[in-house]
Amino acid sequence: MSQDLKDVIQAADPANVATINFGPTHPSTHGIFQNILKVDGEKIISSEQTVGYIHRAFEKLAERRPYNQITPITDRLNYCSSPINNIGWEMTVEKLIGVDIPKRVQYMRVIIMELARIADHLICNSVIGVDAGALTSFFYPFSEREKIYELYEELSGARLTTNMGRIGGFERDFTPVFHQKLKSFLKTFPKAFEEFDSMLARNRIFMDRTKGAGPISAERALSYSFSGPNLRAAGVDYDVRAMNPYSSYEDFDFIIPVGVNGDTYDRFMVRQEEIRQSLRIITQAYNNLPEGDYKADLPDFYLPAKSDVYNNMEALIYHFKIVMGETELPVGEVYHAVEGGNGELGYYLISDGGRTPYRLQFRRPCFIYYQAYPEMIKGLPISDAVLTLSSINVIAGELDA
Amino acid sequence: MEKQNNQEYLTAIQAAFGADVLAHEEAFGMLNVELTPARIHDAIAWLQQHQDLSVNYLTNIAGIHYPDAAGREFAVVYQLHSWKNNLRLRIKGYLPKENLHIATITDLFAGANWMERETYDFFGIIFDGHPDLRRILNMDDMDYFPMRKEYVLEDATREDKDDRFFGRNNNEL
Repeated sequence: MSQDLKDVIQAADPANVATINFGPTHPSTHGIFQNILKVDGEKIISSEQTVGYIHRAFEKLAERRPYNQITPITDRLNYCSSPINNIGWEMTVEKLIGVDIPKRVQYMRVIIMELARIADHLICNSVIGVDAGALTSFFYPFSEREKIYELYEELSGARLTTNMGRIGGFERDFTPVFHQKLKSFLKTFPKAFEEFDSMLARNRIFMDRTKGAGPISAERALSYSFSGPNLRAAGVDYDVRAMNPYSSYEDFDFIIPVGVNGDTYDRFMVRQEEIRQSLRIITQAYNNLPEGDYKADLPDFYLPAKSDVYNNMEALIYHFKIVMGETELPVGEVYHAVEGGNGELGYYLISDGGRTPYRLQFRRPCFIYYQAYPEMIKGLPISDAVLTLSSINVIAGELDA
Repeated sequence: MEKQNNQEYLTAIQAAFGADVLAHEEAFGMLNVELTPARIHDAIAWLQQHQDLSVNYLTNIAGIHYPDAAGREFAVVYQLHSWKNNLRLRIKGYLPKENLHIATITDLFAGANWMERETYDFFGIIFDGHPDLRRILNMDDMDYFPMRKEYVLEDATREDKDDRFFGRNNNEL
């Protein structure tokens, strides 16, 4: 915060201080959350947040749902990158029951999770453009996101809330159409993305608007347990994919971009570079996609094919046991984290051997870093607060669980 | 310097907190340490400042309700991460239902603020010294703590949804 802004805050005359509502249903909050701002003219003196407008009690719901029925709940956390949530949850259960996942499944998961990261970052960054007044750069990336959604659709049948994969692997293998669409995506996306990048990254107006908007220092970001692109923009290179590699991330060559000032521009640039790195990972994973099965040999959890259920005694028994919840489950506590679109997305699962979790807690990166928002916007004009909100990419579904 | 492992962490914690270390185990490769609740704040501060252990990151705080464990009905679980050693650990404290007080760690980690508010909101655990301990996800006028295992989730007249059908042999419900 510069000295003159500090003076403004100190000099604020109570008679001039206005209290205004920013949200809960304001077009630029991109979700339902309320901030009660105290402003002196354009400058924000203080703000108070209210969250929980779309709280759906996921953790409580999960206590009455068998493990495979929890995957659709995770869709609705960060719905901009549902497959990462789904696969993160499946990996948590796999960690609890201790299965070896075939290399092919791991690579398939990496491809899907990185596609989801691209979709997530693409929307976030184009929305930063919108809030700075650049609407064109918002429309172009949507045709690219559409291609990613078509890929989801090919693999899971759904586009937004994907319910991707199963415990032990995928529901189906990459189809011929998927292969063809992925190849064409890998060919056309880089050019489209660089066009998008050239619209904003070195745009004088965009840079003037975003530089210095909503900065946070590395120390404060760490104290607030930031993770993901917001932490990296502040200059800390923490990435779960590199720190605790899961699903064979250690096989791939990628860099972790970091920013310097932790402001909106740095967050934008970190996400842009992460999209390029995600593309590199997808290319490496796809070119080296191992042969093999698209699911682990896990008859206790993975539903057998319907044709087998009708014709094969064993398959019928497993089908019955899975549906009726007669599977033995280990007792224990596991924590598994994946690098979600917004940071470390963790699942803390406590099993008492029952068919449902005894307790399941989601570590939701949005919820944890959104509490720093009042500190980040103090002394800034309201227009910068809008930019900051979109650049930290708070997703209401993940915030409120 | 060599990266420290679970055993070295445990030895160091035991050396520093002796009798306050009530239990420990290694669950799926992650060190769990149960401490006297009154000492947890000091233990986390000590871990944070320790040169070699260097626990610099608070991953999350979770509450758990064990209604059948007399005298230790509520657990508060702190999941911490040392980036220097790339080691995650859990610090647990068990509280009796009559006295749900534990010291806040908001002075150590700013991010603990909402995590503690969420735990209060769900379980009613009171973090002493918290700057603003209000409900966060639920309504302010709610008069119960929803994540406690006290509430029948389904229609109580239904017979097909009791615990036996969720793999638990509990005939009380």
